[in-house]
Amino acid sequence: MVTTGEIDNILIELRETFFNYGERPVLKGLSFCFYKGERVGLVGPNGSGKTTLFLIIMGLLKPKSGELKIFGQIRKKEKDFTDVRRRIGFVFQDPDDQLFSPTVAEDIAFGPLNLGVPREQVMKIVSNTLAMLGLSGFENRVTHKLSGGEKRLVSLATVLAMNPDVLLLDEPTSGLDEKTTLRLIDILKNLNTSYIIASHDKEFLKEVTNKQYRMIEGKLDILDIQDSLKI
Amino acid sequence: MISEHLSEGTSYLHDFDPRLKIIVALIYSVTVALLTSFPLLLLSLFFSLILVFWARLSSGTVFKRLLVVNGFVIFLWFILPFSYDGKELISLGPLVVTDVGVYQVLRITIKSNAIIMCLMALLSTSPTFMLVHALHHLKVPSKLVHLFFFTYRYIHVIYTEFVRLNTAMKIRCFTPRTDLHTYRTYAYLVGMLLVRSYERSKRIYQSMLCRGFNGKFHTLYHFESRPKELLSAAAMTTFVLLIAIGQWLPLGKLITF
Repeated sequence: MVTTGEIDNILIELRETFFNYGERPVLKGLSFCFYKGERVGLVGPNGSGKTTLFLIIMGLLKPKSGELKIFGQIRKKEKDFTDVRRRIGFVFQDPDDQLFSPTVAEDIAFGPLNLGVPREQVMKIVSNTLAMLGLSGFENRVTHKLSGGEKRLVSLATVLAMNPDVLLLDEPTSGLDEKTTLRLIDILKNLNTSYIIASHDKEFLKEVTNKQYRMIEGKLDILDIQDSLKI
Repeated sequence: MISEHLSEGTSYLHDFDPRLKIIVALIYSVTVALLTSFPLLLLSLFFSLILVFWARLSSGTVFKRLLVVNGFVIFLWFILPFSYDGKELISLGPLVVTDVGVYQVLRITIKSNAIIMCLMALLSTSPTFMLVHALHHLKVPSKLVHLFFFTYRYIHVIYTEFVRLNTAMKIRCFTPRTDLHTYRTYAYLVGMLLVRSYERSKRIYQSMLCRGFNGKFHTLYHFESRPKELLSAAAMTTFVLLIAIGQWLPLGKLITF
């Protein structure tokens, strides 16, 4: 039984979604519900469609068929996603795709400025976000000269600065050393945001998520606790 | 790649409000491009030299960049002296070098060096991103500003992609020779470069969309012109006006030949 309370708490809902890359089908009738407060892990082999799912949620790819409902509204056209992008933060797999401004401060400010936040407040957001990630003093560092781990954390900062309701993280631990991974775990545990993380890192997912799905045959299978210990 | 290391200095011109620098550089370049009087041209060349010293640019880099410009100018020396009517200076069979031709090409040489040195001292001393912001503040149409910014940005992307592919080739012992294997490899390199840069630029654009980009760049920092800078810019502009007067007012005809 689904109660009305639960329906209100559904943030993202996909129904019978199909998606092809050219001839190759990636999503084959995928259905998925994501509730407020959930911390979801997505596992699955390379090329199984985890990133594709994220891109569809953000409206960057259009599914062949299926229904996509985000924050209680059907999302179809480019226009429908303006509000989605405002409220869902997507951290790309490769931080180099995300960071394009010369300095850290400007890159973090990019999102809030786009949302029309006044400049003085943006300055405060920049320093608060950096402080939250333990990166205080990074404001004027040049983005393309940061180390891999720093780039990752800064790209997370650029998204957190927009204060999203939901976070989508694509392989956030790839290329991170142990220390930085621990730092990321710490950061995620202290967030009040619901999130979905696609990752191959089982230990990491065990630490930061409370529900896991496996992407298999273009669909999502929920993993029970027994399974999730084995993933 | 577009190297920006001239912008990393600490001179007075580096700190200068980029908006003022753009304005001064623009009127100076246009004026110098239209000058014909040799004394005034030499004066401008001297002025540009002063700017270069003022910006404390490394002489090696300045020299290298001027070499590129003069690489183009040298072709004009092969053509222009022969293509004007005037007093004969030297004749090489059917080809005649005239004084007018030589003056003309000499003017072009001085002009291009003067303008390039001024641009190096005024514009290269600001990071590209700052210039982009400055153009925005100067109310240049945003389409043009974006074109400028993204061209700069993606040349950088393509270059880093090139470096990556090139390393991948090198670590597997690739040495270029004059054979089919080399040509094929380079063809793959170029093809790969296009595909990968395109893919990456698409992802960068997507990530910008995800952060609410709607075609408008908002600037975090505002420019401020200190009174001292306004004064310097006014002084430079006055100098430009003076050479313009020297060139175009009857008074100036005395020193024009």
